[in-house]
Amino acid sequence: VTLADASYPEDLLYHDQHDWARLEGDEHAVFGITWYAQDSLGEVVFYDPPEVGAAIDKDSSYAEVESVKAVSDVIAPMSGEIVEVNDALADAPEQINEDPYREGWLVKVKLTAPTEAEALLGAEEYRKLLENG
Amino acid sequence: LAGLSNTLPRVTDSLRRTSLYERHAELGAKLVPFAGWEMPVTYEGVREEHMAVRTHAGMFDVSHMGEVEVEGPGALGFLQRVLSNDVAAVALGGAQYSCLCAEDGGVLDDLFAYRLGGDRYLLVTNSANHAADLAWFGRWSRGFDVSVRDVADRYAMLAVQGPHARGIVAAALEIDLPPRMHVAHARVGNRPALVCGTGYTGEAGVELLIDPEIAPAIWVELLDAGVVPCGLGARDTLRLEACFHLHGNDLSPERNPIEAGLGWCCKEATGFVGAEAVTRARAEGTTERLAPFKIEGAGIPRQGNPVLVGGETVGAVASGSFSPSLEIGIGMAYLRSDLAEPGTEIEIDVRGKHRAARIASKPLYESPSSRKEK
Repeated sequence: VTLADASYPEDLLYHDQHDWARLEGDEHAVFGITWYAQDSLGEVVFYDPPEVGAAIDKDSSYAEVESVKAVSDVIAPMSGEIVEVNDALADAPEQINEDPYREGWLVKVKLTAPTEAEALLGAEEYRKLLENG
Repeated sequence: LAGLSNTLPRVTDSLRRTSLYERHAELGAKLVPFAGWEMPVTYEGVREEHMAVRTHAGMFDVSHMGEVEVEGPGALGFLQRVLSNDVAAVALGGAQYSCLCAEDGGVLDDLFAYRLGGDRYLLVTNSANHAADLAWFGRWSRGFDVSVRDVADRYAMLAVQGPHARGIVAAALEIDLPPRMHVAHARVGNRPALVCGTGYTGEAGVELLIDPEIAPAIWVELLDAGVVPCGLGARDTLRLEACFHLHGNDLSPERNPIEAGLGWCCKEATGFVGAEAVTRARAEGTTERLAPFKIEGAGIPRQGNPVLVGGETVGAVASGSFSPSLEIGIGMAYLRSDLAEPGTEIEIDVRGKHRAARIASKPLYESPSSRKEK
């Protein structure tokens, strides 16, 4: 029940650990994992979100997603403070597979270093990274 | 997302492939290294495959498992020496589960023995232990009039499991199936084959030992008959729900059968290698015991997670997973024997988070089809 074909929306920024960020204004962003990440992991059966208010650091783990067989750390593409977590995933973690860029979003963050966005990849660059991976 | 390198190990050229490799590749299986073999871990998803076995019929390529033929006037005497169970109790066409113990009682392997003839037996070993088992048999067969042959290359092995598995196999392959815990000679794909009424899922089903050359055609026949291809991922979650041991997780040379809860397959009166140690463990009890548990809320236990009671570490998880049937975290843990009773409240330290859990009784999940069969 995962999206059959790989997709990497043009309006997102990508981290090489297979995470995406959607900038909302100058100070906020939504994070999630990419199509490639959910496909590699398999069906997500558990998402362990961080606490609202927690500080997260770019390139560090801020949450865990688990499939039946494996657990993976989710890496923050940018630094900030958690302002909202996707509570709907507690009952429907499969949304991370079915709709990784919309319903399957993981956290909303107030950014502490918005210029970190400059170091992230565009959709085309991320696709190339996967092809050469 | 970190840790993907662990879930997707690099497949190297040195891995062996079963005769069904092309079928797996065609179906888009995720292939991973397993005990020196390149094996399918999943096709469409572990959860779907797991539920197919619980509700319908699934098939697993388990051709990586080893086969050893033991034949001769001394076969029974030799097997009584190396296997923990009472092999003399196995009738012609019977099957029996045993441990292979070292002198100190440590479990070197666990296996099924099938009696194919008056003094002819087939043992099915775990692939990771197959070579060591053969060396062990070589050492202990001295003085017995017996031949011990590695026949692993002679067989492909297909486990077809689930409430509808037996009906589908009998109809699709036009063969008679032996009852549970029995083995029968048959012709499959016009070649000699063995049909075993055994499995590793807690469901009814059969395990087919067939000629590797015809295995791909048989696989396709069963696929066309509606059997769902299943990988080693589902095999592991199914066996864990049924509380079947996995050597390397729940069994090891450092653990004896008594602490593993396998005293029932040890008959010390036969004088098997390790019987004295097992007698002592049975009489004196063991410091730790293997017990199944269920997580009470969120969290998925994994191998190696500490088990806590009152903040004190009392054991560790031997096998842990998400249970697709129960939709909770489940596992088996070695913990202090006085705490290994159903109902005991424990905590599992899952990467720093203490998850409430409770010792349960075996099996963690019992299928209606296996209940009916008993």
